[in-house]
Amino acid sequence: MLQHLIFFPVLLPLLAGIFLLLPPLHGHVQRQRVTVFLVNILLLASAVLLLQQSLQHEPQMYMMGNWQAPFGIALVNDKLAAIMLLLSAVLGFAVHLYACAGDDQRGPFFHPLFMFQLMGINGAFLTGDVFNLFVFFEILLIASYSLLIHGGGKQRTQAAVHYVFLNLVGSAFFLFGLGIIYATFGTLNLADMAHKAAQLNSEDVALAKAGGLLLLVVFGLKAALLPLHFWLPRTYAHTSTPVAALFAIMTKVGIYSIWRVHTAVFGEFGGELANIAISWLWPLALATLVAGIIALLASQTLKMLAANLVVVSAGSLLLTIALNTPQATAAGLYYLIHSTLMAAALFLIAGLVHEQRGQAQDRFVRSRPVNQPALLGGLFFIAALALIGMPPLSGFVGKIMLLQAAGAGADAAWIWPPLLISGLAALIMFSRAGTTLFWRVQGTSQNQVMAHPLQITAIIVLLLTSPLMVIWGGALTDMTIAAANELHRLPQPLSPAVSTLQEVLK
Amino acid sequence: METIYAICVGIMTAGGVFLVLRGYTFAVVLGLTLLSYAVNLFLFASGRLVINGAAILGESEVYADPLPQALVLTAIVIGFAMTAFALILALRARADLGNDQVDGDND
Repeated sequence: MLQHLIFFPVLLPLLAGIFLLLPPLHGHVQRQRVTVFLVNILLLASAVLLLQQSLQHEPQMYMMGNWQAPFGIALVNDKLAAIMLLLSAVLGFAVHLYACAGDDQRGPFFHPLFMFQLMGINGAFLTGDVFNLFVFFEILLIASYSLLIHGGGKQRTQAAVHYVFLNLVGSAFFLFGLGIIYATFGTLNLADMAHKAAQLNSEDVALAKAGGLLLLVVFGLKAALLPLHFWLPRTYAHTSTPVAALFAIMTKVGIYSIWRVHTAVFGEFGGELANIAISWLWPLALATLVAGIIALLASQTLKMLAANLVVVSAGSLLLTIALNTPQATAAGLYYLIHSTLMAAALFLIAGLVHEQRGQAQDRFVRSRPVNQPALLGGLFFIAALALIGMPPLSGFVGKIMLLQAAGAGADAAWIWPPLLISGLAALIMFSRAGTTLFWRVQGTSQNQVMAHPLQITAIIVLLLTSPLMVIWGGALTDMTIAAANELHRLPQPLSPAVSTLQEVLK
Repeated sequence: METIYAICVGIMTAGGVFLVLRGYTFAVVLGLTLLSYAVNLFLFASGRLVINGAAILGESEVYADPLPQALVLTAIVIGFAMTAFALILALRARADLGNDQVDGDND
């Protein structure tokens, strides 16, 4: 049983998604809500168990159908994957609670789509094979396309057109990259690729480089790397609240894939292919961060502010990848967990503000007050503290770790100013947003919309993670450092009896 | 054979990219279809081109690599589903936005 546990984070949402479409559950909102709630609990439990396993053992490879690697489909549970699974389980749990307050009824099929979305995300974290990564990318993308326009509306449709077309082109690029990599490496298994990278024929090196960089373009599109990030603010700002909060983890899937492919495979042990992405990532990550800061300062609505903060955090995370040390990766992983959960919390708070302010929505203009100013203001204040990076919350610890990871040399001179200025810009924008939304009010509220207890619970769950990440900061950083070390070393070779298919065929 | 194959893939990719860069949703959908055709052929060729070779050991003198064939099959299914979705979305955008511009306005 326990050896099959690795597959549970993919299997559970898949089965749940299918059963939600069948008669006893289909069309019954309450039953669907309870089912997804229970599945989320199970996902949390399996993520915790997997994390425990990964901390005690070496990375475990699970071969689907017992087909041998590198031919079969491999799922790998190591520390990095387990941490990401736990993150997606916590986020999914909280976001689903929020959605149960009514957002899931704005259109059909919310719950099955939500399950398929989680299945794609978990699968992308677990897979040990690049082609399988593509398949899980497509699963999470097609679920996200449908979730994005859930509820309908002109702006949503328009944002979806851009998002879908861009990602379809991205998928085509992904396949081109995969084709080149298979033609040169003779394998698509990540662990196998890491071993073969240094042994490639010299005439294949240029091709393999092209393939690796094509994959960087694709992952950059997902992770919001500078010239490819223009779709993000509009998409995130216009979709429904719980979906935007869930999407907070989507850019992180891109970051995670860059770690898996460009840090682990095209990393230090790549021979001639070593660190091909780093020279590109340096300027682009810095530019992403700067562009994010400028866009942040120009935000007109709270949701747009949250979306631009996602870009800023993506820029900071890409910088840690560019630094390319285990310490930087560990700091990045801590910051990734923090920024995902806090950005999701901010999206949820923005959703409540949006509902309670009537016509003014979440725009930064003088208008009627919200119905629960103390409650929403308090939640907003905590989220703002965390996202700006003020002590005592996790944003502060995360930022400190990022700054420390930059070292003291020339790297620090490039990294410190934009990171610190991003904190300042966030401070300015949150002060502006908070004073306008909660203090610059006139008249009395015209609607009676109150936050549902489930919505408040969801936001509190997300916000609670921030102090918890500080209280258990020691244990968590130990974990992220172990995960980063595992990522930066050469993985265990596959069993020696197995060679590439092409060798067998000769 | 390799040359002709490469030229075919290249022309299809070029056509696909040209159409994707146009401003009308229908042209973009056509472009995406062309791109996915080109991608499928490209993936197929990544296992090297072999004539009269079975993908099963012991069936013929030369062997074709079976893995890219399996990959292409997956890619075709996924590409087909995605194209269908893109087409429906384009129709929905035409209905919601009142025109078939990718950017949603007529200017």
